[in-house]
Order: sequence, then structure tokens, then C-alpha cells
Amino acid sequence: MAAHLKKRVYEEFTKVVQQQQEEIATKKLRLTKPSKSAALHIDLCKATSPADALQYLLQFARKPVEAESVEGVVRILLEHYYKENDPSVRLKIASLLGLLSKTTGFSPDCIMDDAINILQNEKSHQVLAQLLDTLLAIGTKLPENQAIQMRLVDVACQHLTDTSHGVRNKCLQLLGNLGSLEKSITKDAEGLATRDVQKIIGDYFSDQDPRVRTAAIKAMLQLHERGLKLHQTIYNQACKLLSDDYEQVRSAAVQLIWVVSQLYPESIVPIPSSNEEIRLVDDAFGKICHMVSDGSWVVRVQAAKLLGSMEQVSSHFLEQTLDKKLMSDLRRKRTAHERAKELYSSGEFSSGRKWGDDAPKEEVDTGAVNLIESGACGAFVHGLEDEMYEVRIAAVEALCMLAQSSPSFAEKCLDFLVDMFNDEIEEVRLQSIHTMRKISNNITLREDQLDTVLAVLEDSSRDIREALHELLCCTNVSTKEGIHLALVELLKNLTKYPTDRDSIWKCLKFLGSRHPTLVLPLVPELLSTHPFFDTAEPDMDDPAYIAVLVLIFNAAKTCPTMPALFSDHTFRHYAYLRDSLSHLVPALRLPGRKLVSSAVSPSIISQEDPSQQFLQQSLERVYTLQHLDPQGAQELLEFTIRDLQRLGELQSELAGVADFSATYLRCQLLLIKALQEKLWNVAAPLYLKQSDLASAAAKQIMEETYKMEFMYSGVENKQVVIIHHMRLQAKALQLIVTARTTRGLDPLFGMCEKFLQEVDFFQRYFITDLPHLQDSFVDKLLDLMPRLMTSKPAEVVKILQTTLRQSAFLHLPLPEQIHKASATIIEPAGESDNPLRFTSGLVVALDVDATLEHVQDPQNTVKIQVLYPDGQAQLIHPKPADFRNPGPGRHRLITQVYLSHTAWTEPCQVEVRLLLSYNSSARIPKCPWMEGGEVSPQVETSIEGTIPFSKPVKVYIMPKPARR
Amino acid sequence: MLDCGMHMGFNDDRRFPDFSYITQNGRLTDFLDCVIISHFHLDHCGALPYFSEMVGYDGPIYMTHPTQAICPILLEDYRKIAVDKKGEANFFTSQMIKDCMKKVVAVHLHQTVQVDDELEIKAYYAGHVLGAAMFQIKVGSESVVYTGDYNMTPDRHLGAAWIDKCRPNLLITESTYATTIRDSKRCRERDFLKKVHETVERGGKVLIPVFALGRAQELCILLETFWERMNLKVPIYFSTGLTEKANHYYKLFIPWTNQKIRKTFVQRNMFEFKHIKAFDRAFADNPGPMVVFATPGMLHAGQSLQIFRKWAGNEKNMVIMPGYCVQGTVGHKILSGQRKLEMEGRQVLEVKMQVEYMSFSAHADAKGIMQLVGQAEPESVLLVHGEAKKMEFLKQKIEQELRVSCYMPANGETVTLPTSLSIPVGISLGLLKQEMAQGLLPEAKKPRLLHGTLIMKDSNFRLVSSEQALKELGLAEHQLRFTCRVHLHDTRKEQETALRVYSHLKSILKDHCVQHLPDGSVTVESILIQAAAPSEDPGTKVLLVSWTYQDEELGSFLTSLLKKGLPQALS
Repeated sequence: MAAHLKKRVYEEFTKVVQQQQEEIATKKLRLTKPSKSAALHIDLCKATSPADALQYLLQFARKPVEAESVEGVVRILLEHYYKENDPSVRLKIASLLGLLSKTTGFSPDCIMDDAINILQNEKSHQVLAQLLDTLLAIGTKLPENQAIQMRLVDVACQHLTDTSHGVRNKCLQLLGNLGSLEKSITKDAEGLATRDVQKIIGDYFSDQDPRVRTAAIKAMLQLHERGLKLHQTIYNQACKLLSDDYEQVRSAAVQLIWVVSQLYPESIVPIPSSNEEIRLVDDAFGKICHMVSDGSWVVRVQAAKLLGSMEQVSSHFLEQTLDKKLMSDLRRKRTAHERAKELYSSGEFSSGRKWGDDAPKEEVDTGAVNLIESGACGAFVHGLEDEMYEVRIAAVEALCMLAQSSPSFAEKCLDFLVDMFNDEIEEVRLQSIHTMRKISNNITLREDQLDTVLAVLEDSSRDIREALHELLCCTNVSTKEGIHLALVELLKNLTKYPTDRDSIWKCLKFLGSRHPTLVLPLVPELLSTHPFFDTAEPDMDDPAYIAVLVLIFNAAKTCPTMPALFSDHTFRHYAYLRDSLSHLVPALRLPGRKLVSSAVSPSIISQEDPSQQFLQQSLERVYTLQHLDPQGAQELLEFTIRDLQRLGELQSELAGVADFSATYLRCQLLLIKALQEKLWNVAAPLYLKQSDLASAAAKQIMEETYKMEFMYSGVENKQVVIIHHMRLQAKALQLIVTARTTRGLDPLFGMCEKFLQEVDFFQRYFITDLPHLQDSFVDKLLDLMPRLMTSKPAEVVKILQTTLRQSAFLHLPLPEQIHKASATIIEPAGESDNPLRFTSGLVVALDVDATLEHVQDPQNTVKIQVLYPDGQAQLIHPKPADFRNPGPGRHRLITQVYLSHTAWTEPCQVEVRLLLSYNSSARIPKCPWMEGGEVSPQVETSIEGTIPFSKPVKVYIMPKPARR
Repeated sequence: MLDCGMHMGFNDDRRFPDFSYITQNGRLTDFLDCVIISHFHLDHCGALPYFSEMVGYDGPIYMTHPTQAICPILLEDYRKIAVDKKGEANFFTSQMIKDCMKKVVAVHLHQTVQVDDELEIKAYYAGHVLGAAMFQIKVGSESVVYTGDYNMTPDRHLGAAWIDKCRPNLLITESTYATTIRDSKRCRERDFLKKVHETVERGGKVLIPVFALGRAQELCILLETFWERMNLKVPIYFSTGLTEKANHYYKLFIPWTNQKIRKTFVQRNMFEFKHIKAFDRAFADNPGPMVVFATPGMLHAGQSLQIFRKWAGNEKNMVIMPGYCVQGTVGHKILSGQRKLEMEGRQVLEVKMQVEYMSFSAHADAKGIMQLVGQAEPESVLLVHGEAKKMEFLKQKIEQELRVSCYMPANGETVTLPTSLSIPVGISLGLLKQEMAQGLLPEAKKPRLLHGTLIMKDSNFRLVSSEQALKELGLAEHQLRFTCRVHLHDTRKEQETALRVYSHLKSILKDHCVQHLPDGSVTVESILIQAAAPSEDPGTKVLLVSWTYQDEELGSFLTSLLKKGLPQALS
């Protein structure tokens, strides 16, 4: 029953399902209600030994109990509780009471008195603890009832002095969950002893049992979570607990200190053994930093994690965390980081280290050295060097969060992050690269740091390399040598791992556009031009050469002097690349060349406005088509669709909107065309064949509406209404066509009913939006609804036909942000002429690498389809772990697809494509009608389907017959 | 006895410890309960066969499993060099090493071993080298922790030392780096890898002279993983011999290594090197880049020196010294910048190759030592295994910052530590429960007063309630009553005085049971108060207060209260 109850709690989120459950429950109820409690009663009476009784109870617990019969069951259980001598049975009964009181629709206040009553007489500690747990369940069920809460808190306080830690634990839990702080005046006046819950819980911070201490701290945290403000006095108590012997206590104490430090960041606390005072948040920061070198790694992880969220700490303390004074034989030594910095600033780079290069310089005053710094000193240095990678990851994350809020700290922590690039665990390396990317706008990399960063480019892990490319995209480099170094390393990377081609090109694109002035002096060298001699023309298909060109062209975009340095073939190559890799090569203003797009206007803002306007205008024009004759309307729609499509191609920012509206218009166009068909004018039996066009149109509209609904991210409710409306029209069309082309009424009857149901359904879903649908198809339809309900199918069809013709074209409001989901399969490239050979009956693994844009929740929606030449289709669900998220709105799928087939006589191509699966119930907005609903909305909820959203790629395969 | 090492610097009797400190005559076995070896380095176990076989000791020798496995290999190697190469006589033999190893008892981490009735030992992980351990030695409630050598920062193949809050009376810790705080290990590793990588990419050869065990394995792992990550194909060689055997044990003792190796060994044992192959003499002349690990570490003899001579002439090549070099060795000379070396036979070797130094040492630095002391929370600390001057500094720091007494005895010096011996006393459950019932709030850290009877019987201490004690000892209970007279100025009758006393006490002692008995006396709990009129003076009344020994506290309080007199204004 526990599982059942739990399930029911979760189900509260989806109301539809819950309702069905209830329904089933009520049906069942009638059958079982009299027998349920009675059966239990009989069972328990039958039980001769405690073991038997326990068995019955266990069996009983497996079945669900309905809200109505809970009360009866509880009574029976209590009755047996009083009679029972065996503590284990009582324990089970107590736990059952707790579970039962959680049943939805059952108000447990009636059993509270009994529960408290039996609590007073109970002797067994375990049963006591369980009863308190039951009370907790009751108390949490009734959060509004102040009196009950007070009473329960009283009960908990009474049992706090129990000798068993279990009972004390539960009491504290109860206090944490139910105790309130508000000492309202009325209560004082009533003379009710209001208890200071915090004080009571605080007393148990020094309990003898570590489990109770932990429970006390947890209860305190619970109070905080429930929104009660903790007293500042707790801080000192919690600080004492940091040196507790038990790790769970320390771990909880660290949390508590963090909570208090967030509550009272600015209050002042004295430093012990001195007269100074510091801010509480600084003090807490120091204490938590100290816990980073705790003996238990659980505490270390906890402490390192919490450090990241302490943003109010003063920068002085923050910077201490990276500080570690080195000394050797009592003389001050510089860290390798400091040395590297110095070498760099003195202009002498990478001279290698000499024996004794790190020889200590100045003498250290022995009195001044403090080996255990009280404060934050070196916390991150320790955390990043920890032996457990969990701690290291937590430290890197914390570093990231703190660096994001403080640029000066970001600058300082750079050296440490760069060091983490060489960690032995890949996860840590990856995490630190991501962290670096996140803070990269605050920093500029020094050359020696860049050197270390670039060394990682040779890593054999693809994730690491790609993360690093992403990092380089947004890094600031300070010198031209740095750019050169980066380029050289990236090219090295390219030769070693040719598959990284796209990622490297993209990286160089950003590198070039970020640092035009640094690239400028490098151009002659990079293009290997010579002032006097013509040099050989490089091979245009060489990816490395393309990489160099991408860097240069992107730099040239904002650096007008650069094209002067190009040689003739460079211009030719530019033209070629501008066409073939237009996403990587920007439009340049080149001397003597006319360039369409750059000639328009260089500034982006003024460029956007007219196209936006154009979009608006063309859409507005379309909405006047109501007044046009059918022919004109069709033409207008066709032109507008064409315009929109072209606009989408030109303006990538508006592509989503343009496509979306174009699709909608296309639906309308199809509808109009279908209605213009001649078949309507002719007697039905004659036009069996020609109805193909109309029914095909209906089908296509359906498909398009599904695309509109599910392929675009950012679609809002008002668009969904319009889309559904369009779909409804398509369904009406379908119905009419079928009515015209089929003989016999029977199938028509069912279809009619179904259609009417759907109209009803539409009304229910979008009841709030109906006023916007003036004059529309559905509006008119709803007016005629009473007539429709009663009329015969033939009549319905007739009505539908006229309404469909008369109804107005609905205006599609444009959503703010809309993006079309798209996918590109990078690998397999589909260019290979060599078939993939494998033995038939066995499998071959095909590496698939694709980028997905604007796909929500790709783990659940994206599927891979493989189409074999024999028409057999295979649908593959990639593992959730195969999706990576390199940036907002973008996903990357790197997975393997297993192919297999029987033997073929010759190689043939299979098609691989990506599909977006949808489930119409996912998008349906929740409406108030559900609560009172009597109709189960199964008609439309579970329409599932897939939309192909990538170009198919052909893979040449050849299953060979197995050799015997 | 903790550790049984040898001194590297001497070749005479001074190389082994002077066991006559333990006893002048008689067998060592009678004086020692056990010997504990912390790890396999020769300065911690080198004298073991001499001690057990030549001096004579038959008791148990405790060490961890990896130490037990690797220790005999090193001892045998040491014996070979001493006897076969230097031709020493009167040295222990192979058979002695075997006999000695038979006395070894291996222990697991955190396993409590009962050596005899009183002594128990427990091993903790110490990092440093494979199988290095710290030992807690406990007798009754007194304990000592001996650290051996340890490392508080993890490295590529071992984790960090860890100890629980065992609060020993004494912590004996090494203090090699008493005055050093080290830089992050990552910088050094990165430098090392970068240098090797650059040289190899240039087509140069890299020579890394190492000692066979310990750092060698760390560097191997470092290079191996780097090669793996970077997909490099350049060969790495390891000079054969001792190392292969040792590597075998590294493969076997996975639980003693660090988190990364422990987690990944199911897929692949990190010590099964993919890129590192055995070295052959002929390979040194092969063209193209390579990396070679060769023994010994200071370039003073053997294979490393041979390779060095072959490669020194080419500036593309590089030698990386990963550790300390003793003065006089080739290693020290080149590190101090000498470019022309005189070899035997008056040859002059010009060193054109690059020389790099990189310290990979696995001892805890000053901060690490303090951290361990902080973790274990000892009553006092004793520093060993370091230089006196440096220890002085650390001692001062420990006393200042941790407020723990610290000692640093010289060789042969005895330190006496005062310990507060705690004597366990058994308490009867009844008494405890009775006491618990009285206590209102749990106060873990505060002492509490408790009445009971201590029974000492056959060195066995028990605390029981007095009734039980009487019963057990068969004694009758004696009532001990105190009586006291208090003079009061009161002209009224005795009855009335008693009544006034009653109402007065009733108003003050609210928590106690105050009764007025029909015979005119007043009782407070078991204390009896009677008023009597002495014949000579009618103006004064005498109050007779009587209480038992058990109520002493309340009784004396009452008398002092009554001596102050009764309040005047009474109705």
C-alpha cells in the first residue's frame, strides 16, 4: 500500500490520470467497502500469534485503501493496538496508521487524539518512535490547523527526554516540521505556554548521541526551509559542532552555518583571542573554508559546494582562498604561478627551469608564519588538490560561481583552473574547461596560460577537445603570438583528429572576429605571401588552409585594411568559400567587388527593422484576403509564402517566425484550394477519384499543424489555439470528403460522432480563448451545435460544408521568440562510395553525430530512423547519455546505431534520419473543467507521431552472406 | 619497536641501529612484544634481518601486505650490492632474509590486531609509498600513534594519509619537511609532462634516472596516462630488473592505490602499462625519439649512467632528475651546472643535452604535518625523522597553534611523558538508570555528581548503589544521624513555634514535602524538627533538627536557614 499511496501523491501533478484513478476507486468501493475493514477485523481476530497478526497486516498493507473506508480501518487498527502485547505488531499498526493518514481525501484529525493517547501509554521505544512518525504524518497533512500543531509540538517536547535516540530523533523531526516561531499576542494572552522551538532544538545540539545531534541540526534546517527566521545565537552553537567527532554532525553543521551566514551576512562577530571583529559572512566563510581540509570527504564535498554560493563575502577573504605561502627551509619561496608570471613579464619566456631556480629568496620571520591559518587561506588550493574527485569537482564548481560574481577573483583563479586541465579524471578536466568558458568574459589569457590550455587540444577525448574549442571561441587573447600559437595548435589538432574539422572552423571564426587587430600583422605569414614573388596557390580543399582563411576573413570583417594584403587567389577563394561555407565566412566589402548583402547596410539594428516590418506588412496583407476572390486569394497566399521563405533564408533571426507563418499560410492555401475543387459541385458518385486532391490536402494540413505545434520552441497558447483550429478545419474537410466518396451511412455515423466530440473537446480546452475566435469556423459551429447534435450525418456534412466556406481566416498572432527545431547529421556524411561490409545476421555499428537546435527535451523526443531498401524501417531511441548540451538551445547527439540485415547481392543504400516524436497530450493546457469533468478525454490525448526534421543521409552498406 | 632501518651514509657498524640500547645481555625477544615496520624503504626496514637473525629476535614482526611482499626484494637487492659488489663480509645472507620474513605477520588497514593480552595495534593508510602505514599502538586507555613516513597530498598512484580522531596520548611523526610548504603538485606535473612532450616532439630522447620503487611508478603512471590522453606513439622504456617484480606487486595491491586507479582497474589496471616496455641495452642507439626510465637515480653507476654517456652529446636530448642527488654523483654535478665531466679513464664528456630538475617527493610538508596532528588530536607530539634545527621551528609552531606539548629528543635521549591514566569503572545498570531518571537535561560534556559505593575487588572496579553494596558485602546498614540545636527567641508556646516553623519552611521549600505531624514536630522529607522549651529561659525555644547522613545537604541548609530566625511578621 505504501507504493500505492506514494504513487497517488505523485499523481496529484497530472490531474487527468488522478481523476481516472478516483473513478476506478469509486467503482471498486461499492464492492469492497463493507468487506474491507471487516475482513481485516476478522483476520486480526483469527490471528493466534503475533507473527500471524504481522503477516495479516503485511498482506493488508499491500492493497490500497479508499479514502472513504480509511476511517473504519483506522478504528479497527486502533482497537487491535490496545489489545496487542507484542511490540512488533504494535509497530506495524503504528506505521500503518501513518500511511493511512496520508491518504488523499481523508482528514486525519479524528485519529490524532487516539494516537496521542496511545503514545502516552506506550513503553517500547521503537513503537514510540513510530507513533511520533505517524503524528508527523498527521501534522504535515493538516498544516493550517494551529491548535493541532501546538499540541503535537507539546507532545514532542514531552518525549524529548526519552532515553532512546530514535525517539529523540523523531521528536526533533516533529519539532522541525511543525514547530512555529510566531509568538502571537493572542496565544500569550491565552496563557498557552508558547515554546521557543529554536531554543529547545538548540539544546539538543549537545546531546550525547551523534544521531540526535544530527537530527537537531536537520530540524533547525527544516525550520529554516519552512521560512522561519533562525536566531543569530545559533551561529555560535553551530560553530562548536564543526569540531564534532562524527562526520554527519559536521556535515549538517556546515550547512547550518551557511544558512545563518546567508541570513545575517552583515552582523558583526568578534574574533576569539583578539579584539577585532569581522562580518559574520566572512567569519562563516573562513570556517567553511577550514572544513575543506576536514578528515571526512563527505564533509569536504559539502563545504566546497557551499563555498560557491557565498557571494557576499569580502574580496579580501575570497582571494585568501587561493593563497598559500610557500617556504623552503624557512625561506619564502615563490609559487610556480608567480614565477611563470614574472618570467612572462620580464619577456623571457619558457627558458626552462634550472636546478635551484626555485631557490628560496628572503628569510621568513619564524614568528610570523602561521601554519594553520584561521581563515580562508588556501581553501581552494586544498580543495583542488584533494584525493577524491568529488571534492575537486565541487571545488571547481564553487570556483566558477565565485568567479562569475567577482572579476578580480576570476583573474586570480585562472592559474588554478588552468592547472585543473591536467587532472587525472576526465570529468574534472571537462568541468574545469566549462567553468573557464563561463568566466571567460572576465579574463584575458596570458600567453603561458594559453600555452597550457592549448596543450589539452591533443587530448584523445572528443568531449574535452570540443569543450576546449568552445572555450577558445569566447576567450580573449592578449598578443598576436597568442593568436598564432592558438592557430598552430588548432591546425595540429586538425591533422591529428580530422573529425574535429567543423568545430575547429567555428572556433577560428570567433577567434578571428574577436581579435581583428591581432590577426592583421599575421596575415602575410599566414597566407605565405611575398612582397616580390608570387607564391604557389594553396590547395582549396585542404581543411587546414580553409581554417586559416576562416580566421582571416572573419578578422577582415571589422578590419578594412586587411583585404589589401590578400593576393589574387585569396579573393577567388573568398568567393568560393562565401558560397560553400556561408555560415563561417562573413560578407566582406572587397575593393572592386559588388556584394549584395553587405551593400545594404552595415549596421545590424537598422537592418533588422525593415525586415521585421516587411514581415508584418506581408502578413497583414494576407489577412485581407477574405475580401478577395478565390483566385486572387490563392495568388496572394502563394506570393506571401514565397516571400516569407526567402526572408527566412536571408534573415536567420527571423527564420523561425517566417517559417512558422509560412506554414500556417500554406495550410490556409491548401484549405482554400481544396474547397475550390470542382467535386463539390458535382453529384457525389461521379467523383470518387478526384477527391484525392481534397483528402490529400486534409491530410497534409494535419501534418503541417502537428509540425507547427511540436517543431517550434516558444509556441504560446494563443498560437496553439489557432493551430488546433486549423486542424479542426482539416478534420471537417476530411469528414466532408469521406461523406462525398463513401456510400453507406454506417462509417459516416461514427465519424460524425467523433468529429462532434472533437469540437466539444476543442471548446473545453480553449474555453478562455473562444472570444478571440470571432467569426471563425469553430465559432459558427458552436452556434449550430445544438442543431448538429440532433441532425443526421448527411445534414451535419452539409452544415459543415457551408460553415467551412463561410468562416473567416484567423489571424495568427506572432510569438515573441520562436525557433524551428532543426537537426543536421554531421556523420555519416553520406559521401562514401565504399560500402560498409558486414556479415549478414550480425550487427554493424554506425557512428552517428548530429547537432540539434532548439529541441526541447531531446532525450525523450529525438529518435533515429533507419530505412532499409526493402522498405523496412527501424526506429532507434538513443541513450540519454548520448546527448550533450554544449550551449543554450543546442544539443549534440553522438551515438551508435546498430544495423543488421539479411544478406544482399550487392551493396545498397540505407537512409538514416532523425525524427522528432510528439505526444499531443503533452502540450494540452490544463483547464479548470478537468476538476468536475465527467467525460474521459481519451479521444485526442494520446495521439503520437513523429516528424522527420533532418535531411536523410544515405549510407552505403553491404551485408555479406556468412561464410561457412 | 617501531621500524628497524639502516643508515644509507655509513658502511661500518653505524649503519645498523645499536640494539644494546634495548638490552645489554639476554635475548631481545624478552624485551620486545613486537616489531612494527611502517613501510618498505630501507631506512625503515633495512636492518630487519640483522636484527632478527644476527642479533636474535623471535617475536612477531608486523607489517602491511604490500610491505611484506616488496620488503624482501629490496633487502635482497641491498644485500647483493653490499656483498657482491662491495665484497663485505659478516653481512646477512639470503637465507636470513627468508627466515626473517617468516616471522612477519601481515595486517590489513584498520584491522585491530591483539598482540598480547594488553597490547593492540591498528594500521592507517599513510600514502608515501605502496603499503605505507601509520600504526596506532594501544594499551588499556593509553595509546601512541606512529606515523612512519606519510604524505598528506595525493599523487598519481597513491591517496593521502588519513587518520581518525583517535586522540592518542602521543603522536610520533616524521618531520622531513618541517620547514617547507610546498607548491601544488599539478604545476610540477605539468612542467614535467610539457618538457618531456616538447623534447619528444623535437625528436629528442629523454632520460629519467630513477630508483626502482616508489617515484618510478608514479612517473610511469603520469607518462602512461599522458601518452594515452594525447595519443602519442613514441616508445617509453623502463630498464628491467627489480622494477618488473615490483610492478607486479603494484598491480596486485590495487586497494592501496588512489581513487582513480581503484575505480578504473576493472576496465584496465593502470599498472599494466600499454606504452611502457622493457628496455634493452641495444635500444639506446636506436634513432628517433624515446623516453627511458633507468636506474639508479643519481647517475652514479649502472644503466642510467651508460645511457647518459651515449646521449649527453646531443642538444636535442634531455635528462630529467626527479629527485635529490648526493654530492659527488654525476647527477649532482650536472644539476649544479657543470658542462664538462671527467669520466674514468680521463675522458672528458661534454654535456650538451638539457638538464632539468623536478622534485617529486612524497613526504608531508609542514602544513600536512599540522593537518595530521589536527586530525588525530593527540595530547602530545614527538618529532622524529628530521633535522634538529627544522624540528625546532615546527615544535614551536605546534605548541603555539595547536596548544599541544611537543618533544624532539636527540638520538639516545629518553622522553618521559606524564599521562593521566583513566581507570575504567563498571557501573551497575540500576544505579545508572536511577541517575538518568533524575537528570533533566542531557548535558554530554558536563561532569555530574553521583552517589554510590565503589567496590574494589581483584583489580576490578565497580560502582553500585549503597544498598546493593551492603547486600553484597553482607553488612548491616548503620544509620548516621546528625542532630543540631537551634535557639530561637520566641515567647510563645512550643506548639505555636512549631506551627510558625512549619509555615515558614512551607513558604520557602516549595519543592519539598513539608509536613506538620500531630505530635507537634515538623518534617521536611526525612528531616525531623522538634521544638522544645528549655526550662531555664521561657523566652527562647530550642529547635531540635535531626537528619540522616544521606540528607546532609538539605539538613545543613535547613539549620542555616533556621539560625537566621523566623520572620517577625507572621499572622
